Amino acid sequence: MNDPVINIIEKYNKDYTRLMDILIDVQDEAGCVNEDAVHKIADAIGISVVDVEQTLSFYHFFSSEPRGKYTVYLNNSAVAIMMGRDMIAGAFEQEAGCSFNSVTGDGLIGLFDTACIGMNDQEPAAIINNEIFPRLTTKKVRQIVKGMREGRPVEELRGNDFGDGANSHELVRSLVRNNIKRKGPVLEDGYKVGSVIREHLTNMSPREVIKTIKKSNIRGRGGAGFPTGMKWDFCRRAEGDQKYIFCNADEGEPGTFKDRVILTEAPGLIIEGMVIAAYAVGASEGLLYVRHEYKYLVKYLNKVMDEMRAGNLLGKNIAGIDGFDFDVRIQLGAGAYVCGEESALIESAEGKRGEPRDRPPFPVQKGYLEKPTVVNNVETLCLAVKILKNGAAWFRDQGTEDSTGTKILSVSGDCREAGVYEVTWGFTVNDVLKTVDAEQVQAVQVGGPSGALIGPDEFDRVLCYSDLSTGGSIMIFDENRDLLKDVVLNFMEFFIEESCGSCSTCRILPVLMKQKMEKILEGHGTEQDIKDIKEWARPLEHSRCGLGHTAANPILTSIKNLRNLYERKVKKDVEFDTGFDLHKAIREGSDAVGRIPIAH
Amino acid sequence: MSKNFVEFIIDGKKCMSEEGKYIIDAAKDNGVYIPTLCNIEGLKPKGACRICSVLVNGRPMTACTTPVTSGMEIENNIAQIEGIRKTIIEALFVEGNHFCPSCEKSGSCELQALAYKYKMLVPRFPFMFPIREVDASNPKLIKDHNRCILCKRCIRGIRDENDRSYFAFKKRGHEVEININHEMANKMTDRLARESMDICPVGALLIKESGFRTPIGQRKYDHLPIGSDIEK
Repeated sequence: MNDPVINIIEKYNKDYTRLMDILIDVQDEAGCVNEDAVHKIADAIGISVVDVEQTLSFYHFFSSEPRGKYTVYLNNSAVAIMMGRDMIAGAFEQEAGCSFNSVTGDGLIGLFDTACIGMNDQEPAAIINNEIFPRLTTKKVRQIVKGMREGRPVEELRGNDFGDGANSHELVRSLVRNNIKRKGPVLEDGYKVGSVIREHLTNMSPREVIKTIKKSNIRGRGGAGFPTGMKWDFCRRAEGDQKYIFCNADEGEPGTFKDRVILTEAPGLIIEGMVIAAYAVGASEGLLYVRHEYKYLVKYLNKVMDEMRAGNLLGKNIAGIDGFDFDVRIQLGAGAYVCGEESALIESAEGKRGEPRDRPPFPVQKGYLEKPTVVNNVETLCLAVKILKNGAAWFRDQGTEDSTGTKILSVSGDCREAGVYEVTWGFTVNDVLKTVDAEQVQAVQVGGPSGALIGPDEFDRVLCYSDLSTGGSIMIFDENRDLLKDVVLNFMEFFIEESCGSCSTCRILPVLMKQKMEKILEGHGTEQDIKDIKEWARPLEHSRCGLGHTAANPILTSIKNLRNLYERKVKKDVEFDTGFDLHKAIREGSDAVGRIPIAH
Repeated sequence: MSKNFVEFIIDGKKCMSEEGKYIIDAAKDNGVYIPTLCNIEGLKPKGACRICSVLVNGRPMTACTTPVTSGMEIENNIAQIEGIRKTIIEALFVEGNHFCPSCEKSGSCELQALAYKYKMLVPRFPFMFPIREVDASNPKLIKDHNRCILCKRCIRGIRDENDRSYFAFKKRGHEVEININHEMANKMTDRLARESMDICPVGALLIKESGFRTPIGQRKYDHLPIGSDIEK
């Protein structure tokens, strides 16, 4: 049959668990997933149309209506705005002739906001038809839109000013630059992929592997910091005829981009880490969950895996280990921050809304398709390889007592040397600022919006799990930035946009807190409003997942660490302010009849 | 088969239950009421409303999704937890448009009953007054999104013979709403339409052409407060 939608559904064997892939392919093929396609998918899979629509409507990059022959997704997160995003947005709107979050009348160009796309070191940046356009200028925007009007393919609009390293590989061909500023065990040169599998794994039992990982004291590099060896051990002991290794490459925390660089420069190391984890826990299938924003890397990643298959580093009897079969496939996300949470990531990989699961059971007991599943961060898996290579003691000797080894930081914002830095734990914020050449710093966001905003009197604090724990996102704001408006409010909007909506707490309270914040920013706040906002955040710790737990952190940490910013905004002479502004309320009516209000 | 019984403690009271039972049900067996809006017997729990939050060995957990284990210490009726519950109930009231006097479910509405239990006079939050739609296109059911608290009971409880969904979530975050499969729902039996209305803890799903059969004042929670069948 020659119906492209039916062909796509059949390509994935009408499998419900591949619904994400089906929707991604239909979206790419047709520019949207319309009602007709939804019905075809539901009928073929044998599920209700509302179950197709719930997945479809959950993810940012899916749409039931056309989003333009050229679809521009422009990052609107805090650092992008600092780097001139609004000017770029204005240029796009002017040139295209439509406003953001709409499509031109002729259906040619669609302009859409999107959350941090992992390019904070080269903002303002946009994704246009899956191609990355970093370091945009208004001049470039004019050329791009002109090219769109002329109907040029997106590769032509992009040009050939490719970035360094594998960014210029024929299967990547992207303008993205790596900006690797300091190399360590993950990004060092000269490692031959597969050598740890061949030289070490072949001589070790799964138990020995877990013992070594445990001894190294490595903890998860995604931010939560769960001991990796323990996770593998739990999964190994869990009952299940089938086990899975998931690599979480869905880095969505605004300000982080280190996984982008690892995926570009050390993809083989990631897969090797997955092989080692599979050997340790007894898994036969793996899944590399890549955020949709990094779709431009997928062809390249598949080639790397093909080479590993050819080299007997994936597939049957890996490296001659009898009976050790393991292979990996890539699962693309479709734009949802919450999918970085391991159980939401599993739900998404099963074709559903990326809604976190209740625990227990934990993924290591019942994960993907109800089977024991290890979900590890990209960086964690890479480090596991080097731990087997150099030994647990080598790893433990670096870093601090409770935070062993190295950590890759993604540094962006007001500094001269934005990029990735592989450092040992124990680095202070001051060390970071000196290294990246930042001056007159007003505040630093450590660990992304879910982390903490800290001021200068805390810059001597240490990056480690027991003090400033971080998945690696560091954003720097100098003295000229309006922190509350441009940073705190932006991050609150981010959490509101990215909540899955399942828990009442995380769905409602951040919205109310943001409104309160706006009241304060508009000059109607009082001391009581600051107290209220702190009080209102309390039920959030009763949410199901980390997103809910941390959704108030932008406000709470800024009140705690930079309270003077709030004190300056609130009224001192009144105990209560309704927040009602009569002038504002009647402005529209006054304008309509041409009167000037005299009310006070 | 003999069942494994375990001892645990709720607010200092020694309790006993089958191992693996969810806390909310185990508590019920021991005469302790833990309030909830999304949980309902016979359906897989979803932990959506968060009102059954308790402290388990000091950590916040939802009683509807956490199985009871031996020696567990549960804090339920304490100021901190009751405060959280009241806050959530108030948040649910401002999130939608809940006008009890004109609602068919008034008196048998679980949200209203909990608001009475927690002595809510007026929510501490400003009302959001969202603009939400009433969908009356179905021949048997009215879906009033103004009153929906997104508990997922209808999603989980109302299925067809092939386990296909009549209802599902649509969108995400504070834009989430219940989406109806109209093709299926148009062919719904009267019994299933009635079950849909009954499973809804509020007045978001109502059957058509039949209202106020039980006069206000004579409804379930008009006689006894919610939870009083458990805590006698």
